[in-house]
Amino acid sequence: MGNVVVDVMLKSEILDPQGQAVAYALPRLGFNQFTDVRQGKRFVLTVEGEVTDEVLAAARAAAETMLSNPVIEDVVSVRAQPPAAAPSEAAPQA
Amino acid sequence: MRIGVVTFPGSLDDHDARRAVRIAGGEPVSLWHADDSLREVDAVVLPGGFSYGDYLRAGAIARFAPVMSALVPAARGGLPVLGICNGFQILCESHLLPGAMIQNDHRTFICRDQRLRVENATTAWTSDFERGAEITIVLKNQDGQYVADRHTLDELEGEGRVAFRYVVDGPEASAGASAGLAGSAVRYDRFAGRNPNGSYRDIAGVTNERGNVVGLMPHPEHAIEEGYGPSLDGLTFFTSVLRSVVNA
Repeated sequence: MGNVVVDVMLKSEILDPQGQAVAYALPRLGFNQFTDVRQGKRFVLTVEGEVTDEVLAAARAAAETMLSNPVIEDVVSVRAQPPAAAPSEAAPQA
Repeated sequence: MRIGVVTFPGSLDDHDARRAVRIAGGEPVSLWHADDSLREVDAVVLPGGFSYGDYLRAGAIARFAPVMSALVPAARGGLPVLGICNGFQILCESHLLPGAMIQNDHRTFICRDQRLRVENATTAWTSDFERGAEITIVLKNQDGQYVADRHTLDELEGEGRVAFRYVVDGPEASAGASAGLAGSAVRYDRFAGRNPNGSYRDIAGVTNERGNVVGLMPHPEHAIEEGYGPSLDGLTFFTSVLRSVVNA
């Protein structure tokens, strides 16, 4: 099982109301050093088997046609997720 | 005259849109998101609501519904299509109209009677209006901020494709209330001096080059009957399209 990670961000010239709300709230916790916050989206696409070049190409196509809207957003990265440390397979089945 | 109204999972205003069609003198036809047939209608309304929960982006998943695979080519071929609120978002996501909708700049849901100026009275859905007329219909949205790059906005304005603009009241609109004038009919308006969702250049609605596809954020279908809604201005959208279909 492999994963492809797709990151999408609003274009810099588009106002980000959610990021702004976060930016306004941070100083209440004493975080005064951050002058701006932009909030994006991360998609994790799972396939059976390995993440091949074909899988990455398909993920890129999905990112550009559906996961993002080119009018307001940029696909900032499409990459294979390095395999995580193997989860414990000893967990008993319920 | 058969006017189709599409129901997506999460559509809210499909019933009102069909009612508006009927009151204007047309025959409303229910269309279903999962059906790729347009049932030989003469025009289509994409109603307001929250199709597919507005997950991903408003209108982003509805754009790929089976009914849209029939609607997009028909619209490109000249079929009159009106997108209201969520329907406008779907038309933008489908690239039948330029630009996109994002969250209101003030981050809150808004529901109010809204004045608009008719900027283009030659489209299939606005031909019974006078250019420059001011109308009042209901505005209710969360993701109502119309955005596009400068080039697109200049092109829309240059080609007369801004169909409606928000009428922005001067700061004096709320002066009566803030001065505490007893008995004043003027209520405090937190949107005095600005449009109600941050839309670029006060754009409330746009049309395509041909004038058959129109999208707008406020809701004409809620302003068609005495006793309900702020006016009867919404009815004119539907009488316009009935006339344009007859003349086509």
